[in-house]
Amino acid sequence: MAPSAHPARRRAGWSFAKPSVIPGFGLTLGYTLTYLSIIVLIPVIALFLKAATTPLDKIVQIATSARTLKALEVSFGSSLIAACVNMVFGLIVAWVLVRYRFIGRRLLDAVVDLPFALPTAVAGIALSTLYAPKGWIGSLFAPAGPINKWIAEQTWLPFGWNEIVINWKIAYTPSGIVIALIFIGLPFMVRTVQPVLEEFEQELEEAAATLGANRWQTITRVILPRLTPAILTGFALAFARAVGEYGSVIFIAGNLPNVSEIAPLLIVIKLEEFDQAGASVIAGIMLIIAFVMLLIINLIQAWSRRRFGDV
Amino acid sequence: MYEQDVAVYDSRPSPEPAYKHARPTTERTWIKWTLIGIAVAFMALIILLPLVIVFVEAFRKGVETYFKSFNDPKSLAAIQLTLTVAAISVPLNLVFGVAAAWCVAKYEFWGKSFLITLIDLPFSVSPVVSGLVYVLLFGAQGWFGPFLKANGIEIIFAVPGIVLATIFVTFPFIARELIPLMQDQGTGDEEAAISLGATGWQTFWRVTLPNIKWGLLYGVLLCNARAMGEFGAVSVVSGHIRGKTNTMPLDIEILYNEYNFTAAFAMASLLAALALVTLLFKTILEFRFGDELAGTRRH
Repeated sequence: MAPSAHPARRRAGWSFAKPSVIPGFGLTLGYTLTYLSIIVLIPVIALFLKAATTPLDKIVQIATSARTLKALEVSFGSSLIAACVNMVFGLIVAWVLVRYRFIGRRLLDAVVDLPFALPTAVAGIALSTLYAPKGWIGSLFAPAGPINKWIAEQTWLPFGWNEIVINWKIAYTPSGIVIALIFIGLPFMVRTVQPVLEEFEQELEEAAATLGANRWQTITRVILPRLTPAILTGFALAFARAVGEYGSVIFIAGNLPNVSEIAPLLIVIKLEEFDQAGASVIAGIMLIIAFVMLLIINLIQAWSRRRFGDV
Repeated sequence: MYEQDVAVYDSRPSPEPAYKHARPTTERTWIKWTLIGIAVAFMALIILLPLVIVFVEAFRKGVETYFKSFNDPKSLAAIQLTLTVAAISVPLNLVFGVAAAWCVAKYEFWGKSFLITLIDLPFSVSPVVSGLVYVLLFGAQGWFGPFLKANGIEIIFAVPGIVLATIFVTFPFIARELIPLMQDQGTGDEEAAISLGATGWQTFWRVTLPNIKWGLLYGVLLCNARAMGEFGAVSVVSGHIRGKTNTMPLDIEILYNEYNFTAAFAMASLLAALALVTLLFKTILEFRFGDELAGTRRH
């Protein structure tokens, strides 16, 4: 690649690219854009055109049908709960990994990435086997299981509580969806918070202690505010991933329409019914939400760069 | 850092602290161990137990049944297809990743952040949507559907569609690994090479590639693991024909839904083993070449 092919050389004033002596700008940018266009841009435009060329009343009808709304509610509701659980436990795991030294820490650190590496279908059948009424964990909560027996004996519990716990099933209900989404989202939280915590200047904690803060005050008023952007980013990443998750959820969800049917599954069902317009409208809604989530993540990071210098 | 080194090399018992109250920059011991307990219990219950049960269920009926479940030619075809798809999509994504990282990290140009957002897109798009877009393009009712049918080319419900969907889902992995690494390394080395008379390709092969080789390997590992395990996107475009267009994850689904649990978990155990090997290499790479893998912690 000859350096003279550089497009910026020939222009004066405003230039598309800053001049550089390193060759290959045209080649790499051209290749990147071509590849992205074929793989991402054209297909995504096709999706939006398909959704947009559907008559407006049909779009409204698909988007506001009870089944679609319920599927979106299940997807977003379970993702929100799972992301909240991950926010708490992910923070604890990140804290333990960074701040404490104990046997097995490196193993724990490696295991965090397992949900990234384990195929979603494998996670799906494993989780559903574990939490099914006859599974290792599911049997604990089965009607005749030890936890239910114990709860039934607790007469001091307020009226109705026993029934709630006894009737609680995990697999093949929305609770199962939440479990799968916790599994999927945890590494996002841990891996976003961990590096920020590692680079946290411990002098700040010493300063806080010198000024008379106790440990709790130091954590809530000095450390947590500094971690907030990372926590929010991790939350958003885990949430975004959970909303679109398909493989690990469909095995454990039971997939009852209007009860435990997630939005991605509804897209698949519409496609199998040859209803491409219906599938594209729901997919369009999910894509727009994905774009908004990406935008929010970028805004959080820009905000934290302004506030703390760098992330 | 210093305190840790002392803790490693100094085996003598630490002296009693001169003060009795809790140190203000650490938590009390019982809080520390409670937090470690919560973290370990949570990880064991949510993350580790699913991995364990895959192998338990696969070997439940003995080693013989385990190996016999791979005798099915349709399962073997699924393994072969998965390897083929990964063998096509990973090298393509490798070239893309290097090109994209080179152009993003070495130059300043207009619209760069939009380009990065576009590269990140598959991370936040549902895998089902990634498959759907190709059905809309190449499916029987899609844009190119009639043209493809007239020329006898099959993409959807055939191997090319599976490869396309896999590429869509996995192309950011290598690029995302290399961009922060190459941004950290800056352009100094390449500029020096160019000023000493190296050509562009010489600079790439002899200067840049040695600098990024471990980061590249790391990205390839992650990309490969995801390419072999992708389910949602592939499920939409594959057509689920056992023995023809079924990859390993799709085969797991069919076997599982047919209540053939041993075979399903036997197949799953292969993918779980792949995940474990990936994690092992990843940990080794991070341990040995942590400095040369800048940005690895940022997903």
